[in-house]
Amino acid sequence: MKELKLPVWPRPVLFILSLLATWEIAVDLHPNQIMPGPISVLSGIVELLQHGLLLKYVVASLFRVTWGFALATILAVPLGLTLGWYRRGELALNPLVQIFRPISPLAWIPIAILWFGVGDLSSIFLIFVGCFFPLLLTAMSAVHNIPADYINAGRNFGLSSSAFVSRVLYPAVIPRLLIGMRITLGIAWLVVVAAEMIAVNSGLGFLIVDARNAGNRYDLVVAGMVIIGAIGLLLDMGMRSIEQIKSFRWSSSED
Amino acid sequence: MSQAGAMVNSPIAGPKLKVQHLGVVYERDGKSTPVLEDLNLDVSEGEFICVVGPSGCGKSTMLNAMGGFLAPTSGSVNIDGEVVTGPDRRRILVFQERGVFPWLTVEGNIGFGLSKLSRTERKERIAHYVQLVRLQGFENTYPSDLSGGMKQRLQVARALAVNPDILFLDEPFGALDSITRVIMRGELLRIWQTEKRTVIFVTHDIDEAVQLADRVVVLSSRPARIQDILTIDIAHPRNISSPRYLAIRDELLKQIGLAYEI
Repeated sequence: MKELKLPVWPRPVLFILSLLATWEIAVDLHPNQIMPGPISVLSGIVELLQHGLLLKYVVASLFRVTWGFALATILAVPLGLTLGWYRRGELALNPLVQIFRPISPLAWIPIAILWFGVGDLSSIFLIFVGCFFPLLLTAMSAVHNIPADYINAGRNFGLSSSAFVSRVLYPAVIPRLLIGMRITLGIAWLVVVAAEMIAVNSGLGFLIVDARNAGNRYDLVVAGMVIIGAIGLLLDMGMRSIEQIKSFRWSSSED
Repeated sequence: MSQAGAMVNSPIAGPKLKVQHLGVVYERDGKSTPVLEDLNLDVSEGEFICVVGPSGCGKSTMLNAMGGFLAPTSGSVNIDGEVVTGPDRRRILVFQERGVFPWLTVEGNIGFGLSKLSRTERKERIAHYVQLVRLQGFENTYPSDLSGGMKQRLQVARALAVNPDILFLDEPFGALDSITRVIMRGELLRIWQTEKRTVIFVTHDIDEAVQLADRVVVLSSRPARIQDILTIDIAHPRNISSPRYLAIRDELLKQIGLAYEI
């Protein structure tokens, strides 16, 4: 018997389409429940597009994530690499890090509003807080996990300190660092939605709260959720494609 | 091929490498463990020395101390009459595995220590060593796509490219399968005979030592002392079933305390 050969890519697409169909049918069967179906969600997205709100809110959210994440990366990664290299510094700072780390970034919301008011700055601050500690720990552990042979080989060839950092330390930590950054970017995207629900008047988080408050527009609420999910997926795929660059990818193939 | 033997005996001013009363003690949790005790060894220029001993006896520690990666607790290591105080590009250590940089291609690895050369000089040097270790066609390949034996050849090429006086090899073929290991021994001998460097080679493989070395240093179990130094007076290429070879091999096995029969 001849086996039917289908390419792989339609499978997830077919699966999602069948889920959407199930969703629509379920909603149609229970019209008195407040739950929008995929068709009304789609028309909600179209409505947002027509008002120019979708693009505006997406840009606003991405703007905050970019700043918060970039600032956290610029500060936490060099600090974490330094602390990871000089163990004494790490031992001194570790208790402090471990106290701050379990505090949810959302717990900082009142303080953020107190310091920065309602606006971009406070949500950027919240994203920064949410990203800083994961990135710091990632950078420290990336240094700890450099195989001793790479460090010794680097020392053997008589490199200056700066050459050692750029030619051994940096390439040796980059694979772990990129994985940590991808996971942290996911955290940033979670935090921005929460921050926008409270601390600002624009963005995808604000869209969700606003749509509910302004007349129970649950089609727009779910539309916002769908957009958040889709952009989260795109961010993750973007980071993954950076990880796939050959000279960055070495650790996964080597270990 | 027979010059290798002659070279060893050629008269030179002093030993290339002189180990004097070398001792290393590891301190951990307030407990001190002596690893090396009063090692004394003179190595001449161009000599091929193998170091064997029971596993965990401190062979690698000895190599690390000679290479300057580890400060001795007592005694000293002198190279060309100079006390070794740290790693130096004139003497390169080749590791068992994870030695090559996985983020660099074959060319990038061989050229790692050559950043001070001009572009054309660097290119020539890289091409020469690619040829020497027979990695032609793999210049732009990353180590993850090379076999274990190719990676070790690459590591040797990277070491030789900076023109070191001494090569320290820490069980460089220990992670390879037995067939590749035999091929690699031949390759290393060929390279040693063309490049004429002093080689200190740590191994746990008796046959490897008898096939490669001019002299074999036998270490005792921990704390390691030099138990004996055997001179292998067989010219290359060595016939591994000749009576002389077998006699030396047996002597070495006896030294390490292994029975003749299993």
